[in-house]
Amino acid sequence: MSSSLNNLPERPDHRIIYEAIAPESRVLDLGCGTGELLYHLVRFKQARVQGIEMDKKAFYECVKRGLSVFQGDIETGLVEYPDGAFDDVIINQCLQEVRRVDFVIEESLRVGKRVIVGFPNFAHLSSRLMLALGGCSPVTASLPYLWYDTPNVRFLSIKDFQIFCAEKKLKILRAHFLGKAGPVTFMPNLFALNAVFVLTKGKEGGQR
Amino acid sequence: MASKITKNEKASPEAGVVEIQYFTFAHPPRELLLECGEKLGPITLAYETYGRLNTERSNAILVLHALSGDAHAAGVHAGDNDPGWWNEMIGPGKGFDTNEYFVICSNIIGGCKGSTGPASPNPKTGRPYALDFPFLTIADMVNAQRHLIDHLGIERLLCVAGGSMGGMQALQWAASYPERVRAAIPIATALKHSPQQIAFNEVVRQSIMADPAWREGNYYDFGQPEKGLAVARMIGHITFMSDQSMEEKFSRRLKNGAFSFNFDADFEVEGYLRYRGANFVKRFDANSYLYITKAMDYFDLSGGKLIPNGKPIQTRFLVISFQSDWLYPSYQSQDIVRELKGKQVDITYCELKSTYGHDAFLVEVEEQTELIRHFLGVTLKGYHSWNGQGIKYGGFG
Repeated sequence: MSSSLNNLPERPDHRIIYEAIAPESRVLDLGCGTGELLYHLVRFKQARVQGIEMDKKAFYECVKRGLSVFQGDIETGLVEYPDGAFDDVIINQCLQEVRRVDFVIEESLRVGKRVIVGFPNFAHLSSRLMLALGGCSPVTASLPYLWYDTPNVRFLSIKDFQIFCAEKKLKILRAHFLGKAGPVTFMPNLFALNAVFVLTKGKEGGQR
Repeated sequence: MASKITKNEKASPEAGVVEIQYFTFAHPPRELLLECGEKLGPITLAYETYGRLNTERSNAILVLHALSGDAHAAGVHAGDNDPGWWNEMIGPGKGFDTNEYFVICSNIIGGCKGSTGPASPNPKTGRPYALDFPFLTIADMVNAQRHLIDHLGIERLLCVAGGSMGGMQALQWAASYPERVRAAIPIATALKHSPQQIAFNEVVRQSIMADPAWREGNYYDFGQPEKGLAVARMIGHITFMSDQSMEEKFSRRLKNGAFSFNFDADFEVEGYLRYRGANFVKRFDANSYLYITKAMDYFDLSGGKLIPNGKPIQTRFLVISFQSDWLYPSYQSQDIVRELKGKQVDITYCELKSTYGHDAFLVEVEEQTELIRHFLGVTLKGYHSWNGQGIKYGGFG
């Protein structure tokens, strides 16, 4: 049985992405985890989906859900797809683990018409306090790892990402900010734990 | 009510007693035109089936065998204890669950296990074809299988699946008849043989042909070129294993505890290879080995030939490779994946951990079962009747 009666994914970030995607879209999810989001997209939005996931256990969860997924890393996973192969490319909660961020975003915008990026906000108030007052690397709900065992190699804030988009001339179609209790509208870079951006290429970026 | 029956059937562990069947077609003047330009007919295919074809005829799976395989993929023959070559994967509750699916396996043309091959009588002479047998390709094998599938009244196969040369046939099915294949599972295989793989096959062929008993292929009145064929098979067995699996299986253990200081088989690995070689000559035709290895070398679906441009393809793919397989290394499976990505085909790909080398596709049952069971379930039933926890039995997952 589905996890919820209204066919929505359980996780709030998944719900936002789910709602941002049009029915019957072609979707590529980079770092798709256990496939909860893709499963909802395929089941209730008739999306045609493909996942890429490194972790073997998560990969098998996807297989159990009947999803098309291949085991591999994000960077090499993207390259062979033709231009515009997908309507949406999802990079959710794994951008912070990617070394060549600009390459991955550029490639995603090549193979997809839109790119949906979700990441934990490193500049959340609690992180700032831990670092400024506690003097320790932050460990928060959205960044739960200790400094020595974190898979994360990039630590970015909402503001960092907005600057990045402006520099790379990426058009932000929509931005969602999430706190512990729900959406955050006031000073998101301080109060949001997670952000979801829907991007497309800017005008100068050429078509598709 | 149905669930109880299913449970009982699930408890039965094996495909049971099965019978080999034969289908003959391509009677002159309607012989099968082969890729080499020659015609072959009549053609007999030996095949076996497991499970039941449903009324919609939508649950048929064609399982494809490797170089030395045959139609006997699962179960046992009456009065015999030898289970089929993929018995661990085919049967009630197994990866290819015969409670759900109708599984077919046929011996390839060119083979020597009941299907027409070089050892079969040439209708023109009444004597074995030997080297008058036309050269075959993987596409010819698949074309012949297609006649069998027509004969069985199956319009669209749920799946084609196989390892090694069986994987080549699965790929060829998707290339030749995409509209008749809903899913393909190529395992431990390649879009084309590399020079290294061709080289091994050439050594194999040379060892057969160098045996004077081969007699330019006309040995049928005298007996097989046993020495050459045995060496050919020994070479094969080395390539099927990994360095690690040989270490685990034999290490440097001696057969008789001490060096013999002659050329007897001192080491266990030598004994094993000799045993395998000697056994093989009893069951496999040398000319078949020549023809089939050549067909494998000719196979090439690279460079866009797997899915020709402008042909939208609905076939779903599950591609599997094994870490220690150096005969068909993972990069070759990844080449398949790359080819499919360019055509926006749904792909599931996984490199499984195994130390068994190329043999892994026959041995590593558990993970393959997990992958195949779910992949087939969603292919047959679609996402809409799929509950995200695996097929129908519910509960697990």
